[in-house]
Amino acid sequence: MKYLKNVVTLQYDSELCTGCGMCLDVCPHRVFVRSDGKVAIHDRDACMECGACARNCPFGAITVKQGVGCAAAVISSFFTGGEPGCG
Amino acid sequence: MAKSCCGGSADTTQIVNRTSCCGGTAGGTKTSACGGTSGGNTTSCGGDAKDLSVDSCSEKRRFSAPWVTGKIATPAGLVPQIATKLTFKDTLGSWKCRWSIGRMNYKVEPGLYAVGTPDDNAPVLVTANYKMTFDRLREKLGGLNLWIVVLDTDGVNVWCAAGKGTFGTEELVDRIGAVRLDLVVKHRTLILPQLGAVGVAAHEVRKQTGFRVIYGTVRASDIKDFLANGMKATVEMRTVKFTIRDRIVLTPLELVGAFKPMLLAFGVVFIWNAIGIGHYGGLDLAGIAGAVLVGAVLTPALLPWVPGRAFAFKGGLLGLVWAIGFLLLCGLPFAPVFGWLKSIAYLLLLPSVSSFLTMNYTGSSTYTSLSGVDREMKFAVPMMLFAAAGALILFITGDFIRLFGGMII
Repeated sequence: MKYLKNVVTLQYDSELCTGCGMCLDVCPHRVFVRSDGKVAIHDRDACMECGACARNCPFGAITVKQGVGCAAAVISSFFTGGEPGCG
Repeated sequence: MAKSCCGGSADTTQIVNRTSCCGGTAGGTKTSACGGTSGGNTTSCGGDAKDLSVDSCSEKRRFSAPWVTGKIATPAGLVPQIATKLTFKDTLGSWKCRWSIGRMNYKVEPGLYAVGTPDDNAPVLVTANYKMTFDRLREKLGGLNLWIVVLDTDGVNVWCAAGKGTFGTEELVDRIGAVRLDLVVKHRTLILPQLGAVGVAAHEVRKQTGFRVIYGTVRASDIKDFLANGMKATVEMRTVKFTIRDRIVLTPLELVGAFKPMLLAFGVVFIWNAIGIGHYGGLDLAGIAGAVLVGAVLTPALLPWVPGRAFAFKGGLLGLVWAIGFLLLCGLPFAPVFGWLKSIAYLLLLPSVSSFLTMNYTGSSTYTSLSGVDREMKFAVPMMLFAAAGALILFITGDFIRLFGGMII
């Protein structure tokens, strides 16, 4: 199952990456692969912006706007003005 | 009063001065006995979410829970030992949650628990205090000896709680301090559910506590193999799936969610009928109910096989198929039971209903991103509103034409 193409906010900076592999462990959708002792984004559209990789990268090599992909949360945030989140 | 908040068997002499603090709703300001925000070893049992103190109320509840089978002595005190077999009541509890009955208050007391007879070398698992999460984990641990640290996630599962930050670095660091885990085990390794990584920064936990975080598997059913493998997870164990069973088990929640607005709409239609303008009956109900089932159950079940990527599109597409089928069932085009105004109204309304419900299912799915949902909503929501408003105008127009003696068009 694939979601929309070219929407996610995932960014990876290989300059900062040390190849520790933590992102490979925590990603639930195999977005990253090992590449030349570091990692590479292999399947960008599979990213669901859960933010696990960015939070667990000790070197700040990954950024992503973390959020829940939930329409009900987006609707309620539209009315309450907050960030979309689970109720 | 004290009894209702601290559990029936609590020692009354101990809790007598806590009556105002045990129940979350009691009193506006907290009494000094309730402490509240301090993270130390106070004896508060206040309603504060961040109450980590090992107080007697929560201790009693922890030991008196029905799944506790015994006690294990440790240098940090007694630890409740839990069953790895579920009872009928546990199964019934899970089922009720699936139908949204008492789902928001299905909790386990946070703290340390023992499975089997663990010693100071036994592995330590960390989980959330949603009772269903706790059950899914312990039922897979039969025959093992290990420790479980249950975090206070306010009765929310690991993944969702991690997204909210309640299954987070701060709670984990505080909780392993509160249960004095450093006294219970000699090693310094914690096994977290992989999806907890959304809220926990492993390197921060190590920095603050000395405990190394190892992310285990996505599913509790793989934990045994993971441990037997020397704490190595395969790619398979690390990947989130969304099987047809996973998808269907979440659909009752969507149905229950759709029920309330539906009742409201039926109430309005009932009044509309009663004042003599509307002419709606069982057939109309069937049309709408069909669209709800298509959007909330059928499309989620068939998700990978329905064309398109956007959920709103998938739901709208099957909703349109249903709308056409419904109109054919109603005798169109040769012997229709209602006119073309109403037919067009249904062609607009039914796909919108299905589309909206499937769009809402993004929250149950395991692979949608916020950016993606944002994008599809920017397009889909105006479409739905437009179609629904158009349908409403057609329905009302038809009703008034009929009211003033016009042909049923």
